[in-house]
Amino acid sequence: MAKVEKLNEKITFRTEGLTKDYVTGETVVQALRGVTLEIPEGDMVVLLGPSGSGKSTFLNIIGGLDSPTSGEVYFKKDKLSDYSEQQLTQFRRHNVGFVFQAYNLVPSLTALENVALVTDISLNPIPPIEAMEAVNLGDRARHFPSQLSGGEQQRVAIARAIAKRPEILLCDEPTGALDSETGIVVLKALQDVNKKYGTTTIIITHNAAIANMADRVIYFGDGQVVDMKVIGNPCSVEEISW
Amino acid sequence: MIETLNKKLVRDLWNIKGQILAIIMVMACGIATFIMSFGVIDSLTLSRDVYYDRYQFANIFAQLKRAPQGIKQQVLDIPGVSAVEMRVVFGVTIQVDDMMEPASGKLISLPDGRVPLLNNIYLRSGRMLLPDEDDAILSSEAFAMAHGFSLGDKVSMVINGHRRALKIVGIVLSPEYVYSLGPGAIFPDDKRFGIFWMSQRALEAAVDMDGAFNDISIRMDRGANGENIKQELDIVLKPYGGLIAYDRSEQMSNWFVQNEMDQLRVMGFFAPVIFLAVSAFLINVVMTRQVATQRVQIGMLKAVGYTNGEISRHYLKMVLLVVVFGSIIGVGSGVWLGAGMTNMYTQFFHFPILKFSFSTEVMIFAVLFCTVSAVIGTLMAIRQAAILPPAEAMRPESPTSFRRTLLERIGAEKFFSYLFRIVIRHVERRPVRTLFSTVGVGLSMSILIFAFFMEDSIDYMMAVQFDMAQREDINLGFVEPRAIGALEEIRLMPGVIKAEPMRSVAVFLKSEHYAKRAAIMGLRPLPDLHRILDRDLKVAPVPPEGLALSSKLAEVLHVEVGDMLIAEVLEDRRPVLKIRVAEIVEEFIGLSAFMDMDQLNRHLNEGTVITGVSLMVDPLWNGPLFQKIKDIPAIAVMTILKKAREIFRDLMAENIMKMVVINVIFASLISFGVIYNTARIALSERGRELASLRVLGLTKGEVAYILFGEMIVIILMAIPVGLYLGYLMVLGMAQSMDTELFRIPVIIDKDTYGLSVIIVVVSAVLSFYLVWRQVDNIDLVSAQKGVE
Repeated sequence: MAKVEKLNEKITFRTEGLTKDYVTGETVVQALRGVTLEIPEGDMVVLLGPSGSGKSTFLNIIGGLDSPTSGEVYFKKDKLSDYSEQQLTQFRRHNVGFVFQAYNLVPSLTALENVALVTDISLNPIPPIEAMEAVNLGDRARHFPSQLSGGEQQRVAIARAIAKRPEILLCDEPTGALDSETGIVVLKALQDVNKKYGTTTIIITHNAAIANMADRVIYFGDGQVVDMKVIGNPCSVEEISW
Repeated sequence: MIETLNKKLVRDLWNIKGQILAIIMVMACGIATFIMSFGVIDSLTLSRDVYYDRYQFANIFAQLKRAPQGIKQQVLDIPGVSAVEMRVVFGVTIQVDDMMEPASGKLISLPDGRVPLLNNIYLRSGRMLLPDEDDAILSSEAFAMAHGFSLGDKVSMVINGHRRALKIVGIVLSPEYVYSLGPGAIFPDDKRFGIFWMSQRALEAAVDMDGAFNDISIRMDRGANGENIKQELDIVLKPYGGLIAYDRSEQMSNWFVQNEMDQLRVMGFFAPVIFLAVSAFLINVVMTRQVATQRVQIGMLKAVGYTNGEISRHYLKMVLLVVVFGSIIGVGSGVWLGAGMTNMYTQFFHFPILKFSFSTEVMIFAVLFCTVSAVIGTLMAIRQAAILPPAEAMRPESPTSFRRTLLERIGAEKFFSYLFRIVIRHVERRPVRTLFSTVGVGLSMSILIFAFFMEDSIDYMMAVQFDMAQREDINLGFVEPRAIGALEEIRLMPGVIKAEPMRSVAVFLKSEHYAKRAAIMGLRPLPDLHRILDRDLKVAPVPPEGLALSSKLAEVLHVEVGDMLIAEVLEDRRPVLKIRVAEIVEEFIGLSAFMDMDQLNRHLNEGTVITGVSLMVDPLWNGPLFQKIKDIPAIAVMTILKKAREIFRDLMAENIMKMVVINVIFASLISFGVIYNTARIALSERGRELASLRVLGLTKGEVAYILFGEMIVIILMAIPVGLYLGYLMVLGMAQSMDTELFRIPVIIDKDTYGLSVIIVVVSAVLSFYLVWRQVDNIDLVSAQKGVE
């Protein structure tokens, strides 16, 4: 029955036999060993798995930050794995919003300017201040990162990621550096964005509890997808127990 | 579009403003020296070319004893000669109220009722001479200004033994005397040497030269062969006591102007290259560090879709902003320095107009040169950031790999403390940066040595030339050779303590195809006043046989001791002598040849005659002595060496002082820029490490030792480098100034080396202090949390 549904869904990402080897010195580390999966448009997807299971590598490849050793990645109809570096840059520029564990804000720019940094190069952005308001930080817009708490910084990072109206939002352990209360605020912001704009959102986490808020949970282990769950009725962030 | 990135740029720059300012200043120095030097060269070239062209500066010149004006056609018949002007030029002594001693001067004839075809004069004020006006003269502007003469004033001069008072009706300048040296002088002294123009007929009458001339100037056709003209002219003039003809390259005034420009060109090239190389290095170091600290930011920018081009341009813009500021300051100060330098030249070079002007090309070239050097420095730094894949860039950099240093590997480590090992490993870890820092600090030291050496060398040269060699107070030159009896007359004059004779004769010295016009000076065997010095600068006797040549003259003629020289005497019967080179002697000024006076007179087949006398006098008797000398028409020239020395010292002291100040500022900026930047970057790279060490219990002093130890090692290594580079620069400078008129001995006092090192150390201490204040501010707690 799930299969019938799927046929009607639009697919944002599709990968086939994706592998990635890292060569360091004489040793070869296989970060991905053949990942084949599909991510439907508008889904909120959580990637779960232990450290070194290949989640981040996968996220980096579909986000156009890294290229696979072999296998294919499709973004909608386009074969992402054939993109040149320039094409990947354009893809990231116009389609992808990133949220990193370490926030990666520019310390010499205010919160609002960090958002504007991205809207400056976007085709159809939302005004930076609106993006700030969307993460409930309208009143902190003029603060520099050093004047913000960790949770606030991460929300600025989310505002920065959504301000370009990306089709995809990729979050690599967005709550990893945050305490649970702050983590909830950040996740709430992500869920709101997903619902409000229908942005396909992929979140990496160690925290299995977070999985409950997703439409779909993909379990990684040893460079492969070991399991995948489609959750019919995801709960809201507030219901998650950490 | 990417204005937010521009905000980041401005704030990032502001964050490292100290370093940026240091770079801007070094860069500004590069641009300033370029604009100054080439602007001054341009200004001099323009003034000179326009002046020479409009006032018909001649191409070929010759002096002779006396020839009838009727030979003009013979000269015009020489192929390639397009115009000839024949003049009477006569040396005079001038009595001026504001000086006890007489001044000397030159009286030059101006054709009556027409404008001279060659060497025309520029009228600054007053009027030109009327035809046959016999009591009026035109005065050179410099002389008139030095004495405060104005139009209508009368100048009293002795012309050919007759005292005349002549009225100044015009103040003028001449392309022939842009730079003018009086007889026996080594630098221009406008108070003691003046040039005057007089009606030709009036001057001919005054000096018994009716229908004759003793000076000829020629204009050549474009493309004519100057050498041929000179040779043919010599043949025409030989029967009339013609001295060897020469062209503009040997014309004294032109030679000095050209020589100065050549030297400026060398300086105008090397100084900017040094400054801009140092600033490119500093930019590279700072940008490399900037890129390293912003590695994660660069990764993020790439992740959100900024292209490599946009990111590279971002960092390039940072540098271009630095270039803009450097250019503004550089152009501004270059113009200011250039104007000052041009003003300094107006003391020596008399042009109708000499104003500092610089072409847009010079400015564009300077800014472009600077931009290119800065961009190269930046590109090298950002290349790595641009090629790094974004995912990798965002991962923290792996710990820098260290290894045991060479010193440790050879087993010297047991002598090192742990702290010193940290220092020495840092020095060895980045060999290229260490090398450049060392060279940078060394360069600033060498610039200082270069700045101070001039004084050392000139002091030395003056001491040798005037305390050891030319010890006389006064030199007197006769109009014509006199019998030796004249010496006795002079010896009896008031205040004379010692008087020694000399016999000077103009000759054309030849050895194979080398030839040089010079004067042979005949001296007594053991002179006490005008002495000669051997190559070790020891007083030497005048050789009983043969010639003693100054080393420069020997070099020009390619002769050594024992070689035979041909000397064509350019006086009277013009005998041709064959003389052996008996000795090479040292002289820093001019080209000299010395000979025993009696032997010289024998060669010339004359009795014991002298052409001048050197005097040692009691200054208390100067008044009566000068009065007496002024009254003797036979004395054509009087040079007061003591006065000359004082004026020379003052003049040099003033101008050298200015150069020293400028060079010290330049050098301090370089050493400060290099040391401050290196120390600041060490702090940025190792701030956290140092904070950890503080947490572990190290004292501030120990932390400072680690932080500055690297710089101290670099400075210690830079000292020998700087001293040697300084020596090389001085050697290069001395070689570029080694001319036939003037040589600068390479003398560097220990004080100069010491002072240069001290100035560098002071700028290091200042840099350390500024960086130390930031060390003091490291918050030990937050440093541990890893917040940048």
